[in-house]
Amino acid sequence: MTAAVACRQLTFSFGEQLAVDHVDLEIAPGEVFGLLGPNGAGKTTTIRILTTLLPCERGSAEIFGVDVGRHPMEVRRLIGYVPQQLSADSGLTGRQNLMLYARLYGLPGRVRRQVTEEVLDAMGLTESADRLVRTYSGGMVRRLELAQALVSSPKLLILDEPTTGLDPIGRTDMWERLHALRKQTGLTVLLTTHYMEEAERLCDRLAMMHLGRVRLVGTPQELKSAHGEGATLEDVFRTVAGRSLGSDEGGGYRAVRGARRAANRLG
Amino acid sequence: MPFVAPAELPTGSDRDIPQPPRLGTPSWALLPQSVGALCLAEIQKMRHDWTELATRALQPVLWLVIFGETFTRLHAIPSGGRPYLDFLAPGILAQSALFVAIFYGIHIIWERDAGILPRLLVTPIPRPALILGKAFAAGIRGISQVIVVFCVSLILGVSLNFNPLHILGTIVIVVLGAGFFASLSMTLAGLALSRDRLMGLGQAITMPLFFASNALYPVKVMPGWVQVLTKVNPLSYEVNALRGLLIGTRAPLLEDFAVLLVALVVGVTAASALLKRLVRGPTGSKGLRGLRARRARA
Repeated sequence: MTAAVACRQLTFSFGEQLAVDHVDLEIAPGEVFGLLGPNGAGKTTTIRILTTLLPCERGSAEIFGVDVGRHPMEVRRLIGYVPQQLSADSGLTGRQNLMLYARLYGLPGRVRRQVTEEVLDAMGLTESADRLVRTYSGGMVRRLELAQALVSSPKLLILDEPTTGLDPIGRTDMWERLHALRKQTGLTVLLTTHYMEEAERLCDRLAMMHLGRVRLVGTPQELKSAHGEGATLEDVFRTVAGRSLGSDEGGGYRAVRGARRAANRLG
Repeated sequence: MPFVAPAELPTGSDRDIPQPPRLGTPSWALLPQSVGALCLAEIQKMRHDWTELATRALQPVLWLVIFGETFTRLHAIPSGGRPYLDFLAPGILAQSALFVAIFYGIHIIWERDAGILPRLLVTPIPRPALILGKAFAAGIRGISQVIVVFCVSLILGVSLNFNPLHILGTIVIVVLGAGFFASLSMTLAGLALSRDRLMGLGQAITMPLFFASNALYPVKVMPGWVQVLTKVNPLSYEVNALRGLLIGTRAPLLEDFAVLLVALVVGVTAASALLKRLVRGPTGSKGLRGLRARRARA
């Protein structure tokens, strides 16, 4: 069976700075896979290569057997993507945001309306569909973005920190919706997160990244028991991230500014 | 909020969603449709917030009322036997569309930082569709300036040609001009990459674009080297065509139209080519020091 995601020796650098360093990853179809790591570990860069936003310079990456570097257009048809920042347009209503994406994916008129209603319903946004996104709560914006990513019926859903900036209720709600979504569609999901609880509750398998490298891969249970008796995921994470965790270098100014801005907009 | 079980969701196999084309098939078939979709979204945004259009209308009104009325009385600028205000109105129309369009670079950088642009780039639309969508949106905003300038001209007693064909021609020229300046601005955004740098660049080019054109005064009165500048300035061709259409000066309309069309094509091509660079953002800004150095210390 073709893997949903297959990275071989994937490497990327911003100028001098090596952001992704010979990463090997394999995600099976139907799996929910989590990328964990401190700020600046290379999670987002990996995702930006997989979503064709950054060129695949060294190594290779395939999504359902389609080469990301050579056939970006086909890859874009296979994936649904929710970036870290808020990507919904606040000057449009929820429905208009979804219709825009349905049009960009070339869905014919009848299907377009039907799909839009379905994803609105699935994300519990039917009643607020005609309100401007500017008036939405943070959780609603995130749900809308998830709906937006589902409009094209993707085979792989890529979520970059889907619950960062949400309050605990919004976070649990997001988890439940992802759970239900997955149960119904058998969708493959690749997500990044900072929350150990999220990784544990949502993900079948995890990869821990640090300084551009994948350090550990396994089920949450495997990672914990390999670490020692009674270990928590956080213990594993601390060991992987080492001393630099919580130091002043993670992510840099721009990343922090971006995260704060997204958190602000989520309210 | 109680969790509601989701309804049936699309899975891709159970409905007539167009199947992805075979590998290597270009997505150009999506071009008209996606430009239309992006334009529609821009129009919807304008409808939700008309105050933006209203504030944009202020500038041409002030130019015509204050600058225009004063200089008409001064008779300082030769305007070919017509009242200076008549001469000025098409120039101000072109200028106001230019000022609207020149903000699109800032706008696209904002959309990049907000995550809207990266999200759009993960859809299977051809890159130029994104730029063309924005360029036409600038054109639509330009059309609202046409309406404003027409209204003010009526009030001030400017004798414009209200022949429907000429009005249609005016709209075509303004859309082309605004589209070009929007794509020029987005090209600069792709070069400058950050909002602060682009603001400086934008201001630096807007002034010469405006003053080294025939918008305020005829080319004849300018020094020789400025006259050369007006020759390569698309704004001059836009103003020329608008004067021909609205106040009936002699203008090679076809030539003006061709120049603006070619400029638009070049602008859209350049801006599309730079989109990749724009999304990648300023290199090396994600951390203050190199990762290698960090690893060496670790």
